[in-house]
Amino acid sequence: MRHACLALLLILQAARVMAFEIEESHSYPAGESQLRILSTADQSVFDPIIRAFQTEHPAISITYDVAGSTAVMSAILDEGAAYDLVISSAMDLQTKLANDGLALAYRSEATARLPDWASWRDMVFGFTQEPAVIVVNNRLFGDLPLPQNRAALIELLRDHPDIFRRRIGTYDVRVSGLGYLFATQDSRNTESYWRLTEVMGRLDTRLYCCSGEMISDVASGELALAYNVLGSYARARLRDTPGIRVVEMEDFVSVMLRSALIPAGADAVEEAGQMIDFLAAMAERPDLAALTGLPPVSLDASGTDERVLRPIRLGPGLLVFLDRMRRDTFLRSWVSSVKQQ
Amino acid sequence: MKTGAPSIRRRLVLQLALVAALLSVAFFLAVRGVAGNATEQTQDNILAASATSIADALYSESGAVRVEIPYSALSMLGTVSEDRVFYHVIVDGETLTGYDDLPLPQGRSGSRAPVFDTYSYRGDSLRAVVVTRTLTAANQPRFVQVVVAQTRLGLEAISSRITTTATAVGVAFFLVATALSAFAAQNALRPLSRLADAMARRGPKDLRPVSAEAPAELAPLVGGLNSFMSRLGAALGRSEDLIVEAAHRVRTPLATVRTQAEVVHLQMEKPENRQALRQMIRAVDESSRSAGQLLDHAMVTLRSDHLETEKVDPADLLRDVVDRLGPTAGLRDIAIHLELPDAPLRIEGDPILLQNAVRNILDNAIKYSPAETDIRVSMEGTGTCRMTFCDQGRGFEAADIMRLPDRFSRGSNVGDVVGSGLGLTIVSDVARAHGGTLEIAPNPEGAGACVTLVLPCC
Repeated sequence: MRHACLALLLILQAARVMAFEIEESHSYPAGESQLRILSTADQSVFDPIIRAFQTEHPAISITYDVAGSTAVMSAILDEGAAYDLVISSAMDLQTKLANDGLALAYRSEATARLPDWASWRDMVFGFTQEPAVIVVNNRLFGDLPLPQNRAALIELLRDHPDIFRRRIGTYDVRVSGLGYLFATQDSRNTESYWRLTEVMGRLDTRLYCCSGEMISDVASGELALAYNVLGSYARARLRDTPGIRVVEMEDFVSVMLRSALIPAGADAVEEAGQMIDFLAAMAERPDLAALTGLPPVSLDASGTDERVLRPIRLGPGLLVFLDRMRRDTFLRSWVSSVKQQ
Repeated sequence: MKTGAPSIRRRLVLQLALVAALLSVAFFLAVRGVAGNATEQTQDNILAASATSIADALYSESGAVRVEIPYSALSMLGTVSEDRVFYHVIVDGETLTGYDDLPLPQGRSGSRAPVFDTYSYRGDSLRAVVVTRTLTAANQPRFVQVVVAQTRLGLEAISSRITTTATAVGVAFFLVATALSAFAAQNALRPLSRLADAMARRGPKDLRPVSAEAPAELAPLVGGLNSFMSRLGAALGRSEDLIVEAAHRVRTPLATVRTQAEVVHLQMEKPENRQALRQMIRAVDESSRSAGQLLDHAMVTLRSDHLETEKVDPADLLRDVVDRLGPTAGLRDIAIHLELPDAPLRIEGDPILLQNAVRNILDNAIKYSPAETDIRVSMEGTGTCRMTFCDQGRGFEAADIMRLPDRFSRGSNVGDVVGSGLGLTIVSDVARAHGGTLEIAPNPEGAGACVTLVLPCC
């Protein structure tokens, strides 16, 4: 036990040292001013937004770097990397940046129109609401009933180990910031989370870094079911991927807010603010939502069904699961549940 | 009200407003103090609850102290405001988890109660609390301190909102209180102004005691006023009595002297003696006349101050005076022609004064008219009643006209005629007392002058 713990710590430590690694870098040259964006969203997803933004602001050249959410965190927190805007799906890490004084406050008409729950301290601005969903492979599922809630899912997995053994996928929460966020929110929202994790562990669940790969594997038949997949990505893939289906749980759906933040070391603060305004007003650009598959934060709060859809609240509560001891405890439980051999 | 005169109401309002201002400021300070304390207390309570819930989540496992920070411990700090949140869990002086550079709140130690402190950390002012626990791990007592801290931006926002509200309420209170003070002062002074009104409304001769209800504070003033008025009434009565008395005392002996002189005159045979007696009789006449005029003047002055008006027919007045003075005029073959209009006229006035005035004008006219001349007395009136007396005497020098109504002032061309210079003064005073005027003009029909008494009629 103690060795496992030590090993895990070493892995985390190692991940932190080599943390800041840019996966992709794209540049959109235009006018004089430079806006450097560090984002967790794939360039292919964000490309329409950047082009639409540059149509409105032709003077702004943009560099768009993509990195994992933990990499983004350490880039800003530890290395003080020079970026003007940080866009991340890891709400907890964005909150920590704002809480620890590594973000600049920004106010504008556009940010004032965002609902209360979509911004924090005028520093973190949520601009999309993306649910965590289940993606299933129609062929492998066959006649099985689609699970409508977590209890039904547990039952289904228990009853059909033949179908689901090594055919379930979920985030490796040790690697994926978003996976960790969804997992911790699940553990907070339902008692059955740990039972579900244990059941999935018994069925040799495969662990993934990213939603994209999980969806691909479901599509190819490698996986029968993927749990806690980013719904926006899955829906975007539905169009050109036959044979998969997206299921939203009926007990509750965690909704992640993709958020933007101006780091304290930003140079092009004005341009970053213009990008935040543009993102905050995405609800008025249905064309962009369609192109990117990113559902914008609806500006009228009544749009969300509070009973089922639970937007993860920005605020100090998110710092709890970033606590090193809490994270350590959570990961230990998770590892012991998922990896039972 | 004369400006600059001290006003009770202004003083009252100013003092009440000052009190209201002091109360407003006191209210403002009290509200801000109490509410400020309350909000600070609220933040302290939430901080203490947060730290306590973290402390309650401490446990020991395999000889080590561990903590599973409850989600609510930090999320509760985000419910009221969007303040930055820091925490630090220390076991026996070693950081267990949290922000390891977050300082310990300094305060009285040794107690198990939470200790609060305010300090600066990462560029912000923080309110911090430390809660202590003793835990047993590996059979060793372990001393655990849980520090939770929060920035004070929400507190400042609330406190500035309280300040704004307290200011608004204080100002509103002041304005309302001042308005009420003005109203109260007005109300309190109402008996005074009622008394003043009652005094102003009184007729000039009304010296009855004040019967209007006066508040206790005004009773001495009203009492003083009443006693003053009764004394004044008595004094006025005495003056009037004195004038009447004096008239009798002076005129009666003079009349006796004149009668005796006339008797002696008839008995004298020497022309120089008769001449001397005639002069004596003239002097007595003049003295009698002057005494009469002086008394008339005194009477006019006295009565003008408090006119006793009634409806008077000016035609009767003129007829009466012409009848009385007709014999005197007849002695010198002076004819008085009285021309009265058909329509009756009425004057609101003091009949004694009016008679005095008219008699003095006609008397003057007779006195300065040469023998065998005419005096025309006429009256006309629409709106005003004009009584005109035209003689054919020597008239007035233009330069004299303005000053003739002055007391003891006489025309520059009358040195040879004995006179007191009071006649036109009396007329002028009576005219003024009745709201009328005295007009003096040359006679348009030749020599002489026309004196017109103009009075408003009703």
